[in-house]
Amino acid sequence: MPETLKMTFKDKPNDPTKTLTEPRWVRWALVSLALLFVGLFLVLPLVEVFSAAFDKGFTYYLSVVRDPVALSAIQLTLISALFSVVLNTIFGLASAWAITKFQFPGKNLLITLIDIPFSVSPVVAGLIYVLLFGLQGIWGPWLAAHNIHVIFAVPGIILATIFVTFPFVSRELIPLMQEQGSDEEEAALVLGAGGWQIFWKVTLPNIQWGLLYGVILCNARAMGEFGAVSVVSGHIRGLTDTLPLHVEILYNEYNFTAAFAVASLLTFLAIVTLVAKSLVGAKYEQEKQVLPTSLESERTV
Amino acid sequence: MNFQKSRVLPGFGLAMGLTLTYLCLIVLFPLAALVLKTSALSWGQFVQEVASPRVMASYRLTFGASFVAALCNSVFGAVLAWVLVRYDFPGRQVVDALIDLPFALPTAVAGITLTAIYAPNGVIGKLFAPLGISIAYTPLGITLALIFIGLPFVVRTLQPVLESLDPEMEKAAVSLGATRWYTVTRVVLPSLLPAWITGFSLAFARAVGEYGSVVFISGNMPMKTEITPLIIITKLEQYDYAGATAVGLVMLVISFCLLLTINWVQEHMGRYRAH
Repeated sequence: MPETLKMTFKDKPNDPTKTLTEPRWVRWALVSLALLFVGLFLVLPLVEVFSAAFDKGFTYYLSVVRDPVALSAIQLTLISALFSVVLNTIFGLASAWAITKFQFPGKNLLITLIDIPFSVSPVVAGLIYVLLFGLQGIWGPWLAAHNIHVIFAVPGIILATIFVTFPFVSRELIPLMQEQGSDEEEAALVLGAGGWQIFWKVTLPNIQWGLLYGVILCNARAMGEFGAVSVVSGHIRGLTDTLPLHVEILYNEYNFTAAFAVASLLTFLAIVTLVAKSLVGAKYEQEKQVLPTSLESERTV
Repeated sequence: MNFQKSRVLPGFGLAMGLTLTYLCLIVLFPLAALVLKTSALSWGQFVQEVASPRVMASYRLTFGASFVAALCNSVFGAVLAWVLVRYDFPGRQVVDALIDLPFALPTAVAGITLTAIYAPNGVIGKLFAPLGISIAYTPLGITLALIFIGLPFVVRTLQPVLESLDPEMEKAAVSLGATRWYTVTRVVLPSLLPAWITGFSLAFARAVGEYGSVVFISGNMPMKTEITPLIIITKLEQYDYAGATAVGLVMLVISFCLLLTINWVQEHMGRYRAH
């Protein structure tokens, strides 16, 4: 015991903050390790995509990107992302309103159920729709009899995309609205506002950045989804081909430069997503930290 | 009743109705279809499908590689989170934003890019090829791909917890005579443990189900480099619906168990919710 004490007094310099951080060489080593890791695992792939994409020059790149099949893949990707974003946003708002503004039994179960698509493998996500709508599936024979195509067609792709992006918006909104409480909405109600009026004028302005954040994440995943869409698409060129699937088709045809050219479009989208995420994320942090006025005044006392 | 009194605000019926309808249509009914289809198999058939040597080999590979990848992520993810929260260095904000790249980059793009880098003629593969080490098309390559996609989970789970740690605790430890090493290992790291376990489990869960980033780099050799999600796809392409369904149910049950574990850890060990 006395030994430790002695050591402490000897080690402790006049500046107490010095023992609150690591020695200079440790800091330097940790930062270098982190930068090396980020360089190898994150920066190198980014560089690789663009260098491989322009391997055969800019004209070739343009010809790949402007190919009618690539354009139809872009179109299908945009359509399925639009459906997922719109529907999952409406669901996110509804579920967050129900979960955070009211008390009911089974609330935690509901939150867990909403999270399911996050933990399910994308391949299983595709599989369940095949089992439901495929020719061998439960509703398959009926759909076939009525000439409705879901699997190996656009509706299947949209459904699978919706499934994998299902929780993105509600997962942001539920904790945010929980944190903010219902005081402002209740005040609006007392002052005579109607339900929709409260939603548009009170709730929505309070959660706008969180909502946008969720939409950005949902959109990025929807446009980039591969596994689930791959199972239900059937890979029909120009018809059920999204951008990520188009990358796979070109790659499997050993058309590497073309595959990377299309991949570079998706990588560009990922970079835009990261920038948007950091910009919106800063506003979102402020939104999370806004305390109800009553608490704010207590804090200043 | 308390139940009624809390319903001051309007819109419960509409919001709840919409939530449940959409949840059932998109998630619950399709998942029920998987269970229903599997129940058409006899127990013997089911076991035969999910425990055949080729499928067993894929479990070993998928879980083994996912475990190693999640472990690596726990180490490097903790270093990254620590450096981002505690130190200031040029480019810190860019690194912080880049951490989410594996979330934002479509998995197919990650897959072909990592393959190009680690293939024998790739930027890094080239360095190892003369040594007789091949990375792409081996379990090592699969693990690297899984490290890539799992990285943000550990960093983003640890970061907010590290940020909110009370500096007074560390000051107290120092004033009681602890060295910096002692303070970090006995005071800081234990309080990170719940978030650490959560981050590990999230990375592991994601890796187990991962398909897009692995399928290109794995080489897909049966018994050797074939992951479980690929088995499902192969069976589907061979119109072996019973087999695909049975293996799919196993994967589903495993993801449920992981989800419940993560929820349990968060509820019982820490107050922090992962983003």
